[in-house]
Amino acid sequence: MSGARKIILLHGGLLVLLFVLQFVLPAYHHGNLARIMVLASYAIGYNILFGYTGLLSLGHALFFAAGMYGMGLSIEHLGASPATAMVAGIVVGALVSVVLGLLALRTVGVAFMIVTLMFAQAGYLTALYFVDWTRGDEGFVIQQAQRILWGIDLSDATNRYFAAYGLFAACLLISLWLVRHPFGKTLIAIRENEERVRMLGYDIWAHKLAAVVISGTISAAAGAAYGLLFGYVGASFAAVPHSILPLLYVLLGGAGTVLGPFIGTLFMFYLIDLSSGITTAHMLIAGVALVLLTLFAPQGLVGELRRRVWKWLP
Amino acid sequence: MDLGPYLLLASLEGAVMASVLALTAVGLSLVFGVMRVVNIAHGEFYMLGAVIAWYVAHWMGGHPALGFAVALVVAPLLVGLLAAAADMTILKRVEYDPERTIVATIGLLYIIQQLTLMGYGPEARPVEPPFNARLAIPWLEFKDGALAMYWPWGLSTTSYKLAVIGAAAVVLVGVWLMMTRTRIGLVMRATQADREMALAFGIPVERVYAIVFGIGAGLAALAAVLIVPIQQAHYLMGAEPLLLAFIVVIIGGLGSLPGTVVAAIFIGLSDGIISVFFSPTLAKILATLLVGLVLVFRPQGLFGTRST
Repeated sequence: MSGARKIILLHGGLLVLLFVLQFVLPAYHHGNLARIMVLASYAIGYNILFGYTGLLSLGHALFFAAGMYGMGLSIEHLGASPATAMVAGIVVGALVSVVLGLLALRTVGVAFMIVTLMFAQAGYLTALYFVDWTRGDEGFVIQQAQRILWGIDLSDATNRYFAAYGLFAACLLISLWLVRHPFGKTLIAIRENEERVRMLGYDIWAHKLAAVVISGTISAAAGAAYGLLFGYVGASFAAVPHSILPLLYVLLGGAGTVLGPFIGTLFMFYLIDLSSGITTAHMLIAGVALVLLTLFAPQGLVGELRRRVWKWLP
Repeated sequence: MDLGPYLLLASLEGAVMASVLALTAVGLSLVFGVMRVVNIAHGEFYMLGAVIAWYVAHWMGGHPALGFAVALVVAPLLVGLLAAAADMTILKRVEYDPERTIVATIGLLYIIQQLTLMGYGPEARPVEPPFNARLAIPWLEFKDGALAMYWPWGLSTTSYKLAVIGAAAVVLVGVWLMMTRTRIGLVMRATQADREMALAFGIPVERVYAIVFGIGAGLAALAAVLIVPIQQAHYLMGAEPLLLAFIVVIIGGLGSLPGTVVAAIFIGLSDGIISVFFSPTLAKILATLLVGLVLVFRPQGLFGTRST
């Protein structure tokens, strides 16, 4: 079987499986999986920048929160419909990522990480500062009545699952298409050897900026969807730990693989979910996972799979 | 009361903060300068220093000065040893690769924070200062055509706060002397300048790295011991000094010690003054934005010579 067919079968198979699971899963895991798919979309967005372009951002919560607040504030203060609010969230996220990209891409390496961290922190503090609008740390709830899209109640479990599924499928396919497209291949080349790509006559800066914007916009879409589907907007989603979450997911699943973000999110979510029956030490598990990963599996789960078995994985 | 006394009070508070910040940031800067490692867990070493200080003070009992004096020695030592151990078991094994050390130190941050929460609990606990006399501060007033001294109501500081400023200055001078006048400082500077060459000259670079990482963490712990009598020990207290120390190190120029100290004074004072007159959140927004922009337009910082 050719590589391309295997890729289509594998990713199509995952989407079919997730679609079918909706009818089989018990309510608890059904709800979990909806959440995992939205978070995995966030991780997919992160992976485009970190995994494929090789730029480690420590400030992606800024994009997630930009989407979330763009969506939430337009419902709360402008009375927008969910569809308009969703678009508003994505547009705000795209704008924020253009601005951040223009500024942060002037730096490289460690400075890039710190710049993204600093701007994300400024964003978080801004959300805290405008208490009258954002209700600061406490956040605000989006009422069920405000979450009805074209007559479909998004707070209903089945509808929510399909909305999350739709977002996830779109993000997965965009990411798959992107990395098989010449543009995506150029990003990978930049990750591997920036100087050589520059010498070949590519505009490195424009490619990186595009990567930041695509990555930020997908993350913002995930943030907007998260707020809409689970009915809550709060500043904790803009804080530093929420920037580190997708890094963790992507590293665990495998940076620079299309399926890695989903596998990582699924694995991490259930690791914490199952262990919380035994201990409340979520952070300890996340911390130990991070340290062990950097030591023993820098490629992540899917990355190791690609290295050892399926060399054709995108 | 008019503006002047307020400004003086805000500057004094800012100076206390600046001195603690300078110690924390010099630790971070030393580690970055010599090892090229961005230590995200630095704030947790600071927090551990405060927590250990509480334990020591709690167990010792007796006069507060006794427990405090012991904590001043024990906390930096323990934290330094822990950091050196973390360096040898984790950072060395990822070969100080920038991205992987960042991820590993984030992991370390979570582990330390969670273990502290489980062992020490979520409460904020105070440590009694060894001495704490209130000192009224005089202000000048224009009276009957001549300047006259008076003591405005409420304008006072404590002897402990002044001692913190003095102690930080002494330690900073000590660090500077160590770097410029001693053999270990020479070895560190050699390692910083050219790792390969230092290795070729027989300097045990790995041991130097462990020592530097330990000293860096120890300085953060020392700063925390100094601050606990003012702020209380809490398991989440590491986040803020980490961010501020980052800001200071970047503005001062990555790896430049004099730059770090100057930036700490600048940030500490301006944070103190803006916090008093406006809001602390606004002060932090401005500071973080400023850092982002400094890095964007002058990646080497104000005093730095090298780009990163």
